[in-house]
Amino acid sequence: MLEVQNLSMRFGGLLAVDQVSLDVQEHEIVSIIGPNGAGKTTVFNCMSGFYKPTGGKILFEGNEVQGKPDFRISRLGMVRTFQHVRLFNRMTVVENLLVAQHRHLNTNLISGLLKTPGYRERERKSLDRASYWLDRVGLLDLANRDAGNLAYGQQRRLEIARCMVTEPKLLMLDEPAAGLNPAETRDLNLLIVSLKEDYNVSVVLIEHDMSLVMDISDRINVINQGRPLASGTPDEIRHNDDVIKAYLGEA
Amino acid sequence: MQDLLYFLQQLINGLTIGSTYALIAIGYTMVYGIIGMINFAHGEIYMIGAYTALIAITGLAALGIAWLPLILIVALVCAMIVSSSMGWAVERVAYRPVRGRHRLIPLISAIGMSIFLQNYVHLAQGSRNIGFPALIEGGFRFGSADSFQTSISYMQITIFITTLICMTLLSLFISRSRIGRACRAVSQDLGMASLLGIDTNRIISATFVIGAALAAVAGLLLGMYYGSIDPLFGFIAGLKAFTAAVLGGIGSIPGAMLGGLILGVAESMTSGYLSGEYKDVVSFGLLILILLFKPTGLLGKPEVEKI
Amino acid sequence: MAAHNLKHALFCAIITLIIAYPILGFNLVASGTNIILEGATTQTVISVLLAAVVVFLFQLFRDNIMALLGKAPALNPLANRQPMEQSRRLKLESTILTLIIIGALIWPFFVSRGSVDLATLVLIYIMLALGLNVVVGLAGLLDLGYVAFYAVGAYTFALLSQYYGVSFWFALPIGALLAATFGLVLGFPVLRLRGDYLAIVTLGFGEIIRILLNNMTSLTGGPNGIGGIPDPTLFGMEFGRRVKEEGNTSFHETFGIAYSSEHKIIFLYLIALVLAVITALVIRRLMRMPVGRAWEALREDEIAARSLGLSRTSVKLSAFTIGAFFAGFAGTVFASKQGFISPESFVFLESAIVLAIVVLGGMGSQLGVILAAIAVTILPELAREFSEYRMLIFGAAMVLMMVWRPQGLMPMRRIHIELEKQE
Repeated sequence: MLEVQNLSMRFGGLLAVDQVSLDVQEHEIVSIIGPNGAGKTTVFNCMSGFYKPTGGKILFEGNEVQGKPDFRISRLGMVRTFQHVRLFNRMTVVENLLVAQHRHLNTNLISGLLKTPGYRERERKSLDRASYWLDRVGLLDLANRDAGNLAYGQQRRLEIARCMVTEPKLLMLDEPAAGLNPAETRDLNLLIVSLKEDYNVSVVLIEHDMSLVMDISDRINVINQGRPLASGTPDEIRHNDDVIKAYLGEA
Repeated sequence: MQDLLYFLQQLINGLTIGSTYALIAIGYTMVYGIIGMINFAHGEIYMIGAYTALIAITGLAALGIAWLPLILIVALVCAMIVSSSMGWAVERVAYRPVRGRHRLIPLISAIGMSIFLQNYVHLAQGSRNIGFPALIEGGFRFGSADSFQTSISYMQITIFITTLICMTLLSLFISRSRIGRACRAVSQDLGMASLLGIDTNRIISATFVIGAALAAVAGLLLGMYYGSIDPLFGFIAGLKAFTAAVLGGIGSIPGAMLGGLILGVAESMTSGYLSGEYKDVVSFGLLILILLFKPTGLLGKPEVEKI
Repeated sequence: MAAHNLKHALFCAIITLIIAYPILGFNLVASGTNIILEGATTQTVISVLLAAVVVFLFQLFRDNIMALLGKAPALNPLANRQPMEQSRRLKLESTILTLIIIGALIWPFFVSRGSVDLATLVLIYIMLALGLNVVVGLAGLLDLGYVAFYAVGAYTFALLSQYYGVSFWFALPIGALLAATFGLVLGFPVLRLRGDYLAIVTLGFGEIIRILLNNMTSLTGGPNGIGGIPDPTLFGMEFGRRVKEEGNTSFHETFGIAYSSEHKIIFLYLIALVLAVITALVIRRLMRMPVGRAWEALREDEIAARSLGLSRTSVKLSAFTIGAFFAGFAGTVFASKQGFISPESFVFLESAIVLAIVVLGGMGSQLGVILAAIAVTILPELAREFSEYRMLIFGAAMVLMMVWRPQGLMPMRRIHIELEKQE
C-alpha cells in the first residue's frame, strides 16, 4: 500500500537521506532502524508531508503523495506519532481524541450552532470512539485530566490512541518505546501487534529497542548515514554482515 | 538636471533617516538573535534617550555652558547611561522571568512594558511636543540649477559620521572582545553556551545594554534633526526600526544597517514623490511584503522547522 | 552571600536612581520659544529616593523575603476546597448568569444617564474582548491590529448612512460581514507567519487602515471624521424629539409618554446588551464545537494538529474571521452610540486595551474576559483622580500578569465530558 522509491532529502549542502526505498504491504509491520542521525526521522517527515523531498517518489495506495501538504496526507489515512511526544497539553485527554476526529464531524458552522440532530449524532459517535480507544489504552479513568499532566508512558499511549481514532490505514510510529520501562515496552509490543491483527492497520516503526523490533516486525529496513544499508526479515537482518559492522562500528 | 538634484536631495535625506533607523534596529536584531523575542519596548528606550539628552542640554544651558562639543558629549553620555540602565532594568523586570515560556508571553510582557514606559514619560514630562534645539546648524549647498538647490546640512553629516563610528565600534566589539565572542556563541546555541560556562544571563543583559546605548545615540541625533520630541515618538520609530531589522534579516547586524538605509530611502522617496502622509503606509506595506515573501530578510539565515 | 547581595542590591538601587531621577526629577518647561529646566517637587524627589531604598532593601533581603513568601499560608481560603461537583456547578453557574442578565435588563431604569452610557461602552468592550479572545486566547494568534476591524464596522455604518441613508439594523450585519471579509482577506496571506511576526504584521495593518482613514479625506472626512450617524430605531420608531426620516414615528408619541433623551440611551444600552449576550453565547457554542477544539489544538501544538489532518490555514482563518466579525459588530454599535467617529478612536492603544482585557481576564476564559472588561472600563471612571495613571497601570499589569499569572485572573476551565465505556 505504501511505496517509497529512491527518496532523497537535501538540506543545503547536507544530503540527509539518499536514495532510500521501502515498501509496506497491507497487514504488515515494517521497521526502519539505524544509528542515531541516520536520517530515519527525516524519512518520516518526508512521508508525512512536513518536508518536501528533493528527490524520489512516495506512493500511497498507488497515488503520488510526495510534496503534498501534511494535512492532506494524513487525511488519506497515513498518520504518525512523534519522537518527542506532541500532545495538546492544556486540553483534556478526551479532547485530544475529539480534535483528531474533526474530519468525521466536519460539519458547517450553522448545524453546530443550532445543534441539529445530525450534528448531535456525529458528536456522540466521536465521543463513543474516543471512549473506546481510551479504554483500549487504559486511560478511560483519566479522560478529563489535562493531557500535559499524564505520566510519560500514558502520554505515549494517548498519542497512539489519538492516531487510531482517525481510523488510519497506515500508522507511522517514531520511537514509541523511547523512555518506557520494560513493562510498558511489553504492553506497547502487544498493542502494536493488536493494531495490526485486530484493526487491520499497517505499521511503519522507527525504533532503537532491538528486542521490540525483532519481535514484532515482519520486515526491517536498515539505514546508515542516509543511505539504505540492508532490508529483509528480522532473521536476515540479524545475520547481515553490513548491519553488524555498522552497529559494532558505531559502538 | 533639476530632477536629478531633487532625487539626490531625497537620497541624502533618506540615508540620514535610514542610518538612525539602523542604530535603533541593532537593538532589535541583537536581542532577537540571542533570545528570539521582539523587544517591543525598544522604541521607548530610544525615546527616553532623546528626553534625557534634551534634559542634559537644557541643564547645561542653564549652567551657562556654551561650548558645543562639551554639550554634545555630555548629552550623549547622559542619554547612553540612562537608556542603558533602562534597557538593563527592563530585561531584568519584564523579560528574564518569562524567558523560555510560550512565545506570546514575552511579547505581551514587552507590549506592556512599552505602554508603561510611554506613560511614565508622559506623566513625568507631559504629552505635548517639546522643541529640541538644533545645536548644529548650516550646511553645504551645491548644484544650483534654476530654482532648486541640493543641500547637505552639517547635522546630516554629523549623523552619518556618528552612525559610522558606532557601527565600526560595534563590529570591533562583537568580533574582538570576550563579551562579543560570548554574544556570538550564545546566539548560536544558548543552552550549549551555558553548558560551556558562559554566564548567559550576563550576556543577555549586555545585549540589552548595548542595544539601548545605540538607541540613545539615535535619540539624540534624531531629536536634533527633527527639532521636537514627544512621549509617543519612540513607538513609530521603533516600528520603523523593527521593519529595518526584518528587512535586513533579523538577527543579522549588517542586515540591520542595510535594512535601515533601504527603509530610510524608500520613505524619503515616498515623501518626495508621492506624499508625506503615505510614507508610513509604504514602510508598513514593505514590512508586510517582506514577511510574506522573504521572512528571513535580505541577509538573514533561514530557520529550519524542528519537528 | 550577604556581601554578594549587598553589591547587587547597591547596583540595583543605583540603577533605580538613574532611570528614575533624570526623567522624574527634572521637568522640561516651555517658556516662550525657549525651554527651561525646572526641578520637580520635593515630594517627587523623596519618592524617587524612597523607591531606591525599597529596591535596595528588597534586593538585600531577597532570599529571606522569597522564603517568607513561600512559607506564607495560602491567601485564598478557597484554594484547598474540593472542586464542586460538575452538575451542581453548572446549575449554580447558569442561575448566576440568569440573575446577572435580569439585573442588567432592569438596572438602567434606575440609574443616571451617564452610568447607562458608560455601561454601553463596557458592553462594546465586552464584545471586542470576547472576539479577540477567540483569536488570541483560543487560537493563540496575537493580533495587534484588532482595532482595524472595529474601525471597518464603525466606518461601514457611518459611510452607508451618510451616502445611502442605511439604517442601523441593516448596517449591523453588513458592518460585521465586511469586517469579517477584511479579516479573511488579510488573514489568508499572513496567517502562515510565525506568532511574533504575525503580531507585527497585524499591527502594521492596523496602522495602515488608520492612516488611510486619516488621508482619504474626500471619502472619510479625514481627521475631522464623520458625524450625524443616526440612532437605531425600534420597529421604525425614532428616539429623537422630532422624527427625522419620512415614514417613521417617534417612540414617545407612539406610547404617549413625555419625551426624554434617556429613552435613547437606555435603548442603545439594551441593544448592546442583547448583542453582547449573543456574542458570548455564539462564541461559547463555537468553543465546544469541533472548530473551537481545532483552534485550541493549533495553539497547543501546530505540528501535531497538522499531522492529524487539520489544515493550518483554514483553522486559523476561521478564528481570525470570526474575531473580526464581532469586532465589526462592536464597531457598528460604537458608531451609533457616539453619533460621530474619527480615526482617533481607532489607534493602536485601543487594540492594546482590548488585548490587556483578554490577558487580565485569562486567555480563553469567557467569564474572566467579561469581568476584566468591566473592571478595565469602570475602574478609571470611579477613580477619576487616578485616570491619568490608567495606561501606566495597564502596562504594568500586563507585565505583572505575564510574570506571575500568565493564565490570567480566571483561567479557562476545561469542560468535563462524561464518557461511557464502549464494548
